[in-house]
Amino acid sequence: MARAFSIRSQPGFTAIAVACFVALYAPILILVFYSFNAGTSLGNFEGFSLRWFEAAWNNSAVIEASIRSLQIASAAAILATIAATMAALATTRRAPYRGLTFKYAFINQPLMVPEIVTAVALLIFFSRVKVFTGYSGLGYLILAHTAFCIPFAYLPIRARLESMDLTLERAAADLYATPWQTFRRITLPLLWPGLLAGLMLAFVISLDDVVITNFVKSGGQDTLPTYMLGQLRRAITPEMNAISTVFLLLSVLIVTLFFFMSRKQS
Amino acid sequence: MAVPADKAAIEARGVSKLFGSGEHQVAALDDVFVSVRENEFFTLLGPSGCGKTTLLRLIAGFDFPDSGEILLHGNDIAPLPPYKRPVNTVFQSYALFPHMTVAQNIAFGLEMLGQPKGEVRARVAAMLKLVRMEKLAERRTSQISGGQQQRVALARALAPQPKVLLLDEPLSALDYKLRKEMQIELKRLQGETGITFIFVTHDQEEALAMSDRIAVMSGGRILQIGSPWEIYDRPAERFVADFIGETNFLTGEVKSVEGESATVVLASGAGIDATYPVGTQPSGRVTVVIRPEHAQAVQPGAGLLSGTVSNVVYLGTDTHIHVALDDGAHFVVRQQNARSGPCGHETGDKIGIAVSPGVAQILKD
Amino acid sequence: MAVVAQTAEARERKDIANRWLLSAPALFIVFIAAIGPLFIVLAYSFLAPGPYGDVKWEFSLGGWTSVLFQRDIFDETLSLADAHLSIFWRSVKLSLMTTVVTLIVGFPTAYFIATRRERDRDIWLFLITIPFWTNLLIRTFAVLEIIRNEGIVNNILIGVGLVERPVQMLFTDFAIMLGMVYVYLPLMVLPLYASMEKLDFRLVEAGYDLYATRINVLRRIIFPLVKPGVVAGSILVFIPSLGAYVTPSILGGGKNLMIGNLIELQFGQGRNWPLGAALSITLMLIVMITLLVYVRNASGGAERHHG
Repeated sequence: MARAFSIRSQPGFTAIAVACFVALYAPILILVFYSFNAGTSLGNFEGFSLRWFEAAWNNSAVIEASIRSLQIASAAAILATIAATMAALATTRRAPYRGLTFKYAFINQPLMVPEIVTAVALLIFFSRVKVFTGYSGLGYLILAHTAFCIPFAYLPIRARLESMDLTLERAAADLYATPWQTFRRITLPLLWPGLLAGLMLAFVISLDDVVITNFVKSGGQDTLPTYMLGQLRRAITPEMNAISTVFLLLSVLIVTLFFFMSRKQS
Repeated sequence: MAVPADKAAIEARGVSKLFGSGEHQVAALDDVFVSVRENEFFTLLGPSGCGKTTLLRLIAGFDFPDSGEILLHGNDIAPLPPYKRPVNTVFQSYALFPHMTVAQNIAFGLEMLGQPKGEVRARVAAMLKLVRMEKLAERRTSQISGGQQQRVALARALAPQPKVLLLDEPLSALDYKLRKEMQIELKRLQGETGITFIFVTHDQEEALAMSDRIAVMSGGRILQIGSPWEIYDRPAERFVADFIGETNFLTGEVKSVEGESATVVLASGAGIDATYPVGTQPSGRVTVVIRPEHAQAVQPGAGLLSGTVSNVVYLGTDTHIHVALDDGAHFVVRQQNARSGPCGHETGDKIGIAVSPGVAQILKD
Repeated sequence: MAVVAQTAEARERKDIANRWLLSAPALFIVFIAAIGPLFIVLAYSFLAPGPYGDVKWEFSLGGWTSVLFQRDIFDETLSLADAHLSIFWRSVKLSLMTTVVTLIVGFPTAYFIATRRERDRDIWLFLITIPFWTNLLIRTFAVLEIIRNEGIVNNILIGVGLVERPVQMLFTDFAIMLGMVYVYLPLMVLPLYASMEKLDFRLVEAGYDLYATRINVLRRIIFPLVKPGVVAGSILVFIPSLGAYVTPSILGGGKNLMIGNLIELQFGQGRNWPLGAALSITLMLIVMITLLVYVRNASGGAERHHG
């Protein structure tokens, strides 16, 4: 009997797709695998051990960089989400008005410019400001991160706002809620999933940044990625794998959380 | 038809609303005057885009008129935001808050008005009882059926005891049987609460069944206001006659006017007495409308009109007999199937048509 | 009556003013820490380099001429800067190759996802997005590990006896391209999937009904219908590839530079900030022009669909 003709299949596509998924995950899994290597070599697996995790844990540079990364990412994500939420409220759910396109273009601009260009621009700008003000704290990094996190936070918040039925807010106003009460009791609770998604995206994006941070940071302000970049240019030990594994785990955790939240929503 | 201002719950005076700008500007409402009496079930009826929903939104305060006044018990409310108007709305989509329970939805307006907790609770309980939803108070609004959502929307809008309740096609999402039930339910609620209802619909049957008075709208204007039977039997304009029910249009010449009726000579030469719209003086060539159920098929030669049967459509409760009149016009007679079997007329038969007295109506030109 | 119209207009004005106020923080932050500094870069590109980096405050076109030319130290004549040109060429070449390879791999993958059962698609898509949201540096590091001379690929090649000595892959153009394909692949698959998901398979059936073979259906029906996704994906991969910095600096090993590394060099060892600034503006312009061409084509394409 002839096999049923499948409208959707194309020869070789499934094979390539499967190969693609394997290729996407194999390097990461190998990297994770070698973080448990008992030996010093990256090539030979000499047995299971947590020694490199221990080494990383006892490496004060790693811990300091991690804490700094988390500090910057938290601050930048929160600031970016607040700014993006306000901007999203200002740019959705009404007829187009003068300046709307300008706002879109402006807010999304960090996505359009190559990171390296923004990085050198901030290097030039902040180096002047540092001399001028004498302040050289984490503020510069937080500000820079907030700026490029804004478009990422803006995206899901705007999408959520646009999918929200304006009639609900009208109904609240009809039921004697003032604009502020309507925002507190109706808009904000309904916007919450989008807000959370924006916050997570911004957090992950900030946590991952290496280029801009590398140019903006002052001495002794390494984040985990810039610390790793520095190490990668020297001798590599499985300690790098251990750090990467923990870092990966954190990212995957956040993204998975995000995935299941949005799945539950729809 | 004019109602004294103090008796009117809602009055619109010369209200216009424009959308778009420049060449694309359209008047959603064009100099609308209407007065809704207190404790009345008033319906705005018309096809989509006729301006009925716009008028409702202006009364609710979701839009603001470009010109004109909207009076609530004689006070202009046009500049007030929706949350300062003692007017509540039942939305077409119900607009129930998805993150609240049934009871929380109903309590919302009362809470916003700052009523004490105890009173809110009592009022919510009363409302739940009124719409027979006591058992589902703690359900999420996504966990109840469409008909139940409809009841919650009603209870929520009625809870703050508004002066006027606005209903924007609230039954359109329900299936036929449920819609019929809710029509009776709405009528009951209006009677029990004594609140003025302004009801928007495009469904003529719904409008006829429920309303004390109906305003027929088209192209941003109100064409006619009247009781259901006035709208149906005494349409003033072709649009009203055509939009509501089925009808036959005949042309003729006014011969004489006597009191409230005029004698019209039809194209076939036959004369008929017809009523005409208040405030007009019929003369010259006019259009006369006769409802299909107001005509009877009779022996050829008898009756007012004569012609040939062109089609017979059997509809269960009654039969439509399509007739090509001798003067070329087309006429439909609706005959109730009072007994079993075929109606006794066949395509090609010569036939006469009799018209009951006092049913013909002359339209405004 | 005029009073009512006026308040409506005032209400409108107030709403728009409020909306500007609401968007002010975001606009301000983006201006201070993203857009504004670009103007400083533009200004710096017209200044002279300072002796220890930074700039001297005097007008100079030196930065811009050095983008393409070099001045002979002895007779001061200008000649084409071969080093820069080869870096430009490598950047464009590697970015284009990366785009093509991601398309070849990404197209069937996106098609595969789009033809799964509806509730399974999310999962497959999620599998594509996970690597995208994990650190780019770590993913590049993962590539580095497997293509090193002592890496798993060489170990296998030697193990099966295909080669005797490790093949030098790391620190080559190939390594950079491989790394970029790996890190930017999700950027190709996502827009491709977005347009394939909307594909109406009744059109494919109609194609088969009219005697088209599988390859004809793919070429004449599926591909033209998902072309917006192909273009969007290509842009999304091409642009970051062109400006890539991390991947070439790790996998290129400091010898095989791309524009991003060349720019960095001017702010580091090169101590030629004006040249770095001019190079940055050049890179930005290339990206902007690519985007502009895309936007124009995309909107034109949309019109054609309506027509």
